[in-house]
Amino acid sequence: MNLEKVIFAFFSVLALTLNFSFFLGEHDNPQQHTAYELFAALVVSMIATIMKFGDRAHIGALLLATSLVADLQLIAATMVWGFTIYVAQMDMSPIIMSTIVSLSGGALLANLVSVTLLVVETTTMRR
Amino acid sequence: MQPILFLFFRRLRWPLIVLVITYAIAILGMVLIPGIDDQGNPWRMDFFHAFYFVSFMGSTIGFGEIPYPFTDAQRMWTMVIIYATVVAWLYTIGSILGLFQDQGFRHVRQFVRFTKAVQRLQSPFYIICGFTDAGRMLAHELAHRGLICVLIDEDEANIQKVQTDDLLSDNPALNGNAADSETLLAAGLKLPMCRAVIAMTGTDKNNLTIAISSKLLAPKVQVICQSDTKDNAANMASFGTDHIVDPFDIFAKQFAMMFHSPSMYLINQWITTPHGTQLSEFQKPPEGKWVLCGFGRFGKAVSKYLAEEKIETRIIEADVEMTEAPRDTIAARGTEADTLLEANITQAAGIIAGTDDDTNNLSIIITARDLNPSLFTVSRQNRHRNEAIFDAAKIDLIMQTETITAQSILSLIKAPLLNDFFSMAYEENETWANILLSRILGLVEKRAPETWELTISATETPAVFTAFVEGQAPILKHLCTDPRDYQNPLPCIPLLLKQAEQSILLPEMDTPINIGDSLLFCGKYAALRNMQIVINDPQSMFYVRTGKEYAGGLFWQKIFGDQRDQVA
Repeated sequence: MNLEKVIFAFFSVLALTLNFSFFLGEHDNPQQHTAYELFAALVVSMIATIMKFGDRAHIGALLLATSLVADLQLIAATMVWGFTIYVAQMDMSPIIMSTIVSLSGGALLANLVSVTLLVVETTTMRR
Repeated sequence: MQPILFLFFRRLRWPLIVLVITYAIAILGMVLIPGIDDQGNPWRMDFFHAFYFVSFMGSTIGFGEIPYPFTDAQRMWTMVIIYATVVAWLYTIGSILGLFQDQGFRHVRQFVRFTKAVQRLQSPFYIICGFTDAGRMLAHELAHRGLICVLIDEDEANIQKVQTDDLLSDNPALNGNAADSETLLAAGLKLPMCRAVIAMTGTDKNNLTIAISSKLLAPKVQVICQSDTKDNAANMASFGTDHIVDPFDIFAKQFAMMFHSPSMYLINQWITTPHGTQLSEFQKPPEGKWVLCGFGRFGKAVSKYLAEEKIETRIIEADVEMTEAPRDTIAARGTEADTLLEANITQAAGIIAGTDDDTNNLSIIITARDLNPSLFTVSRQNRHRNEAIFDAAKIDLIMQTETITAQSILSLIKAPLLNDFFSMAYEENETWANILLSRILGLVEKRAPETWELTISATETPAVFTAFVEGQAPILKHLCTDPRDYQNPLPCIPLLLKQAEQSILLPEMDTPINIGDSLLFCGKYAALRNMQIVINDPQSMFYVRTGKEYAGGLFWQKIFGDQRDQVA
């Protein structure tokens, strides 16, 4: 067993699960989506991205790319949130909430691809 | 750029993860710890403000406690995270700085920059492997002619010299082993603009490897190799190395030539030295018995050629067994008076100091001259930087390995026809050489002449080509005529005319020239400039042929008619 692989897989899967737990719930109901979950999802996703840095194998490049997509989506979601509340000084409306959740849904998809790739890579290992 | 970027991120993986985690904990703490707003109501910082606060605190900018003054609980947490974030930043920045200092990383960056610089080259270039004295001389001469060299040397100090050199600082240079084929490929071996690979690394083994790799990877690129031994030269020749330069052999051959045909020797000297150099006085070495100190690569070459001249040499060599010196060799260094007396120095005509140690060579010359002031002295100079002391020693003939190598390679590059010329010229007798010598002397007045060659073609000599198209085949005299005054010949001598089926040595002025002919000239530099006008400009070409000028523009041709027809 390789500790590096464990940590790597741990963060990749955690990024997916946290993302999923934020996404879960009625998509336009602000009560069911907390900022803490989004924060955790973003931080773990960023760590997972950094872990994938510098792997020049083809599958490594794909993992990095999907991870970057997830980051981008989550950062966009947080920026929509921050802009609405603090810059536009609006209250959280169902429309805005559904935008944020949709963006995190995109990140979820990217994370899903990332984990799938990880599984594919693992199954092709013959050891 | 790609490999550098990946290397950069791979090395920074842990610092960045530490930074992200520290920030996450700091922000989460600020959000979770309760505070009080300006009205005294309980208040919690949100993610937006927490990220803002941690960002300016972590980078030690510190705008203060915003949006409301902190409670003591918040301040306590701030104390913890100040240290945590600052340490995380120091770790990250330290890693980045360390990375840029890192030898391996710097090497990769240098390699990538070098490769890109080579890829960007738009004009023909030469790869020079080995930037020692000879390499520098050669690169300077090429730079004077506006040619670019790609320089490779194993010694980093030598490559730093390139960067501080006024003439060469723009040329791509790499610290690496040219015997690695990867290095050669990065230096542009396979690029269409690559003209030649010049291997002069100082070790025969490396030169050999470079020659083999170049010939295998890019068979069409010219390979010029320095070689100090016969075995190696034969080996290099066996796989098609275009030119092999053995400085000891070249010198020994020329030295022997000084005995039997001084004029031929001078022609060779004058034509191959860089143009504009002051021509040295010629002193014919006396015949008689010679003493040769050192029987290494240099000594072997000299004694072989002297034997062909029927000149007896007495050899002094410290290591008789290893050098396989002849039986009557005196086993000593030659720097002591006893040894020199044993070699009968008082009766000798000249002495040759040919060891691979400059100090010993000087010592031999000075001791020998004390014993016999009338000696003709010849010395080998191994290091270019010893020039001053060798000059001061007033030695009759100095053999500088580096200079000879650089000059031979340079003449191979700028005028490959010189080889053909000399192989034909050496067949001629001394009278022939004497006449040519006085012709050259009449042109150049104590400065070495420039040599150049041109091939008659549509691109290289457009005006000559136009003349052909118009049915006016030019003769050699036209090329050698002053474009400002058609009765005035240019100060140059055509040395060789190479045609498809034959080569003509010193062609006559009325020889007709054809497309595809190659010509070799020597003369004043000004003659080269004027000749370039004649071969490039159809009007000048017409003028030197007929002595008349024609109207170039359509308008004037309409008014006066095309005078070209009238002359024809």
